[in-house]
Amino acid sequence: MELLRFTTAGSVDDGKSTLIGRLLYDSKSIFEDQFEAIKASSEKRGEEYVNLALLTDGLRAEREQGITIDVAYRYFATPKRKFIIADTPGHIQYTRNMVTGASTANLAIILVDARHGVIEQTCRHAFIATLLQIPHLVICVNKMDLVNYSEEAFEKVKQDFEDFSAKLDIKDVRFIPISALKGDNVVKRSENTPWYDGPTLLYTLENVHIGSDHNHIDSRMPVQYVVRPQSTEYHDYRGYAGRIAGGIFKPGDDVMVLPSGFTSKIKSIDTMDGPIEEAFAPMSVTMTLEDDIDISRGDMIVKEHNHPEPTQDVELMVCWLNEKPLQLNGKYTIKHTSKDARCIVKEVRYKVDINTLHKIEDDKNIGLNDIGRIKIRTTQPLFTDKYNRNRVTGSVILIDEATNVTVGAGMVI
Amino acid sequence: MKSYHLTHLKELEAESIYVIREVASQFENPVLLFSGGKDSIVMTHLARKAFWPAKIPFPLMHIDTGHNFQETLDFRDNYMEEIGANLIVKKVQDSIDQGRVVEEKGVNASRNGLQTVTLLDGIEEHKFDAALGGARRDEEKARAKERFFSHRDEFGQWDPKNQRPELWNIFNGKKTMGEHFRVFPISNWTEMDIWQYILYEKIKLPSLYFSHKRECVERDGTLLAKSDYLMLKDTEEYKEYQIRFRTIGDMTCTGASLSDAGSLEDIIEEVASTRITERGGRADDKRSEAAMEDRKKEGYF
Repeated sequence: MELLRFTTAGSVDDGKSTLIGRLLYDSKSIFEDQFEAIKASSEKRGEEYVNLALLTDGLRAEREQGITIDVAYRYFATPKRKFIIADTPGHIQYTRNMVTGASTANLAIILVDARHGVIEQTCRHAFIATLLQIPHLVICVNKMDLVNYSEEAFEKVKQDFEDFSAKLDIKDVRFIPISALKGDNVVKRSENTPWYDGPTLLYTLENVHIGSDHNHIDSRMPVQYVVRPQSTEYHDYRGYAGRIAGGIFKPGDDVMVLPSGFTSKIKSIDTMDGPIEEAFAPMSVTMTLEDDIDISRGDMIVKEHNHPEPTQDVELMVCWLNEKPLQLNGKYTIKHTSKDARCIVKEVRYKVDINTLHKIEDDKNIGLNDIGRIKIRTTQPLFTDKYNRNRVTGSVILIDEATNVTVGAGMVI
Repeated sequence: MKSYHLTHLKELEAESIYVIREVASQFENPVLLFSGGKDSIVMTHLARKAFWPAKIPFPLMHIDTGHNFQETLDFRDNYMEEIGANLIVKKVQDSIDQGRVVEEKGVNASRNGLQTVTLLDGIEEHKFDAALGGARRDEEKARAKERFFSHRDEFGQWDPKNQRPELWNIFNGKKTMGEHFRVFPISNWTEMDIWQYILYEKIKLPSLYFSHKRECVERDGTLLAKSDYLMLKDTEEYKEYQIRFRTIGDMTCTGASLSDAGSLEDIIEEVASTRITERGGRADDKRSEAAMEDRKKEGYF
């Protein structure tokens, strides 16, 4: 069984909670006591229907205000796959939550109300999904029951979205006409849309090919921890523990260590279950090398003929996550894979209007929920790949040095 | 062509090992909270994998309410010896004796809430700067909002509305003196994942998880095991049931379920067909709609 992580973005009225509720309910992932609890809460609040949003709105303030403040994670499984849903609020002021949910997703579901078609919010969600390089996009044209299951309405959404998305770097996009409320094409094929011959949403989630979502070409292992048992049995053992960020490593492979540039051969790849013949993303392993070279946390094990160029000047698309705006010439702590450094913001190139995708070059004030392109200089060289090549080695976070809070999410261009 | 993909259990395992190694790297003095329940046993197993062939490079801590099942304590002591771990036991009874907390009164009295004080005292006494916990996001709605790296202020409090954003797999463990982190490496596991993994890895568990005969009393729809710590109301009496426990906590608030599941395979089948969440049997969660959120804010697990 494989694991698929997906994100859903939408506003209060587009049926997102209903859709999630239906996926959970139809896959029998809502338990009786949970259902009884939200039923009782709904009645207490004088609501006509059982409010499935109460399932995901876990904090007292969220229930009181009837809004989703934070990313909520939900889990369900079918015999084919296990699913992790990052359920994020869709309003513009929650861009940072959408970005957070999108950062680990394989797939994004974007809901479009069939009556309203592609709106500004649809474009914003699609932009964020592509900015974060979510490999698969599913546009669910919802509330088909309210437009009499009209093929025309569905085709209009498809056409409008394709016109807009020509500007975006989208690898895989699909369209499904659904009614989350009535259940059309969510889990079961609908008889109301005979003109639609594609799969249902659940079938898509179960079968979309995710095997190549990880980079299996460019070999990268950031060293996380050095294992030194200091025991009689493993007296001279020195293992480099880390999670493979890309490519494939095998015992006997020639490798190079950054930043030193020293080369060696992989002696073994160890796990508690025994040595393994090859390691690939996203496995957590421990490697030993033939030669005794100085390696510590923050270094990266790569292949000699395919490695990132260490650099102190990095261009980023940054999403700002904090009320205190980005400071030009400000200094921040930067984290990239297992490496910590400091950086200074040298330049703000432009801000993106996330509804129209226009570059705004005369407003360089990057505040909460804004997305912009910046240039930074770091105190130590980073070993980065472009984000669209590798989401692990292409991402960084910026941390405010006074408050220790994560304030920026950066993607290497 | 060979396909390079992991099963969901191997992917969850890789994620958890990564998180545990981050803790060992980013903090000076971490501790793993061990309760003797299946989740903390799985977490300990993952911690062994993270550092193998070395031992777990930090101690484990058990917050002992004094109301434990004897089976849990026996299991704990044998397991620690087997893996060569360093175990610290902090007793709620000591907090009571020192007047740090006052025992609850009445028939529903429980030491569950008192653990928070003992836990925070333990963290302070040993100057732990990170405490690994076996909580899962699928367990409870307030936990669904938890980060992997969850910041606690100098009072050990959680501020759920103002959590640090957590993107990709980059964890920010920066803090000032006196603050600490709670870290939840198995956040993304469900109850089913835990059981499938226990079966796959052949992990040993306390016998309480398997079906057995036990004297229990039925109270508010929950079966509570017979113990010296439980006060019966006049109308209540102990009867023998065929039961097992889905979670293991304090004896006074952990409900048993009627079950014939005697093997891991039986349990997996039971979990797959069950319609009640595992914390449905926990009286401590039923105290109010936000019972867990309120306890967590104060520093509970």
